[in-house]
Amino acid sequence: MKRVLTAISNAFSRVTGKNAGSQTVSEGARAVVSPRTSDYTPQATFDVKKCDLHRLEEGPPERVELTREQGLHYYRTMQTVRRMELKADQLYKQKIIRGFCHLYDGQEACAMGIEAAINPTDHVITAYRAHGYTYTRGGSVQKILAELTGRKGGIAKGKGGSMHMYAPNFYGGNGIVGAQVPLGAGIALACKYQGNGQVCVALYGDGAANQGQIFESFNMAALWKLPCIFVCENNKYGMGTSVERSSASTDYFRRGDFVPGLRVDGMDVLCVREATKFAADHCRAGKGPILMELQTYRYHGHSMSDPGVGYRTREEVQEVRSKSDPITMLKDRMLSNSMAAVEEFKEIDTEIRKEIEEAALFATTDPEPALDDLCSHIFHNEPPLEVRGTNPWSKLQSIS
Amino acid sequence: MDEELERDERVFLLGEEVAQYDGAYKVSRGLWKKYGDQRIIDTPITEMGFTGIAVGAAMAGLRPICEFMTFNFSMQAIDQVINSAAKTCYMSAGLQSVPIVFRGPNGSSAGVAAQHSQCFAAWYGHCPGLKVVSPWSAEDARGLLKAAIRDDNPVVFLENELMYGVPFEMSEESQSKDFTIPIGKAKVERQGSHVTLVAHSRYVSHCLDAAAVLSKEGVECEVVNLRSIRPLDMECIEASVMKTNHLVTVEGGWPQFGVGAEICARIMEGPAFNYLDAPVTRVSGVDIPMPYAKILEDNSVPQIKDIIFTVKKTLNI
Repeated sequence: MKRVLTAISNAFSRVTGKNAGSQTVSEGARAVVSPRTSDYTPQATFDVKKCDLHRLEEGPPERVELTREQGLHYYRTMQTVRRMELKADQLYKQKIIRGFCHLYDGQEACAMGIEAAINPTDHVITAYRAHGYTYTRGGSVQKILAELTGRKGGIAKGKGGSMHMYAPNFYGGNGIVGAQVPLGAGIALACKYQGNGQVCVALYGDGAANQGQIFESFNMAALWKLPCIFVCENNKYGMGTSVERSSASTDYFRRGDFVPGLRVDGMDVLCVREATKFAADHCRAGKGPILMELQTYRYHGHSMSDPGVGYRTREEVQEVRSKSDPITMLKDRMLSNSMAAVEEFKEIDTEIRKEIEEAALFATTDPEPALDDLCSHIFHNEPPLEVRGTNPWSKLQSIS
Repeated sequence: MDEELERDERVFLLGEEVAQYDGAYKVSRGLWKKYGDQRIIDTPITEMGFTGIAVGAAMAGLRPICEFMTFNFSMQAIDQVINSAAKTCYMSAGLQSVPIVFRGPNGSSAGVAAQHSQCFAAWYGHCPGLKVVSPWSAEDARGLLKAAIRDDNPVVFLENELMYGVPFEMSEESQSKDFTIPIGKAKVERQGSHVTLVAHSRYVSHCLDAAAVLSKEGVECEVVNLRSIRPLDMECIEASVMKTNHLVTVEGGWPQFGVGAEICARIMEGPAFNYLDAPVTRVSGVDIPMPYAKILEDNSVPQIKDIIFTVKKTLNI
């Protein structure tokens, strides 16, 4: 019976290109739950939206394989990011997190899809909406939350804060809009120079897309055939300014002009993964840079200081949440193809909730950095130096 | 800004989120509703470009107010501020003027970390062709901004995010539509006889607070509010030093090549040097990029206790 239902729902997916199957599978099918994983569909094929192409003859595949294992992993990762961001929201409202805090909820499929398509030895750099990437690149929830609360156990020892988190092969976390893009091209230059076959994913938003330095980066990356994947996360608003009000052309995937581009459904983790694989292959083949525009959405305002409703309607936010949520989309796909049970997702959610609570506890109880550490890390590999404090009699120490 | 927009139709405001969002810090609230798209312009996030556009508009007869969401972002556009705005009157031998105001919050805030906390008073104060002001009180902000907008030269107007929410008493005179404060003149906010404290912007408050504490111990501080960084009102500082014989400068920015360093040099070059009973001392931000964690940030900028400590060391008490 289950096999028949699976075949029907696969057929629906093929025809409509969406997970429409989930709406038509009867309730009875969902109630049939087997505890043995061998009863679940180990792998299924899904249709993803076709990518619009710029200066490319062909694009990434439109039929995508997903294994049960991958699906559960993507679900877990995206849900962890989602819950982590919501916890950060809570801590900020309690004034335990201060300063700037730009949350990523809604955009999880971008970070997960990209990470699923590249290697840990590849490189990623983004702007200030960075908590999701810090996690997918290997930072723990504990270290991320503790950085937000400014404790010594934070990923940057409390010195960086929300916008300045780093991890191996993850170069932040950058506060100045657009500045991270030339940095990404530079990382790509180092990859080519060292001949290591690695690529760099350099992310920026729709607000940054008009920055001159981005076009300068496109030019040099193309000229020198740097293995750089430029990614525009288009969440439709640069702070309070919609794309129509900031950009003479909102076809961000075409803005690279001579750089080939693709426009990708950024709410679908599989679409992002395939597009990124395609882009990485392009770069590794020595063809030079490529540009991906991920169409995505942020549920929160620009930052915790922005209510996010002055420039868009609550209805719009609700609509995206109910129709295009990346986590729901993945879960529905897996359920309607019997790749996992509802209980399994619930269990994962429970585990994540526990992980987040424990991390938050650490983040609120870990001590603040020691004052001795105030001046450390000004330089790298330097003998200790004396640093002037607030007055001439205050002589502080800096250790590398 | 509202009054100056009303008074002169060549004045307009451009910057990020200044129009429909009512300003990132709500400084331009209501202006777009009142004056519309032509005079209150939302720009894309492209500082180098829109600053150049603003300077060009100033060259062609308009009087732009170019807002930087914070002065940290002005670094993206600093070439336009210095090379296109500041130097042009000189390079053209007076033929081409650039009546523009660059304004926005400067210096440290609360928990915004290294890339968003720098003080640019010393950087802009270094350049001939610019006027640079740094208001402290509401009266300062009002009078100096009007003066800056009416000035035919490029003025860098350094506001402070933490001061936006601080209320001040204002005289009736200072609330009039034509109230301006001359650029280049400091103000003595508190009279004293034992030591001169010189500061700009937020740290004037710190100096007044320190003075209140020291007064209880019998030390009377004279507090000078610089108001302008360039031109620097050395006459006011010298007159005070010749009275008190001691000088302590206070600033949020880094010490090396800072506002205090310049004041020290000029004191030595002028008449007040011979009146000093002790070397001039500077209280400044700690010489590090701004850390995020609260305890570290609090200890990276001058605190009232640092000013009190420095005064006592200077007075040898």
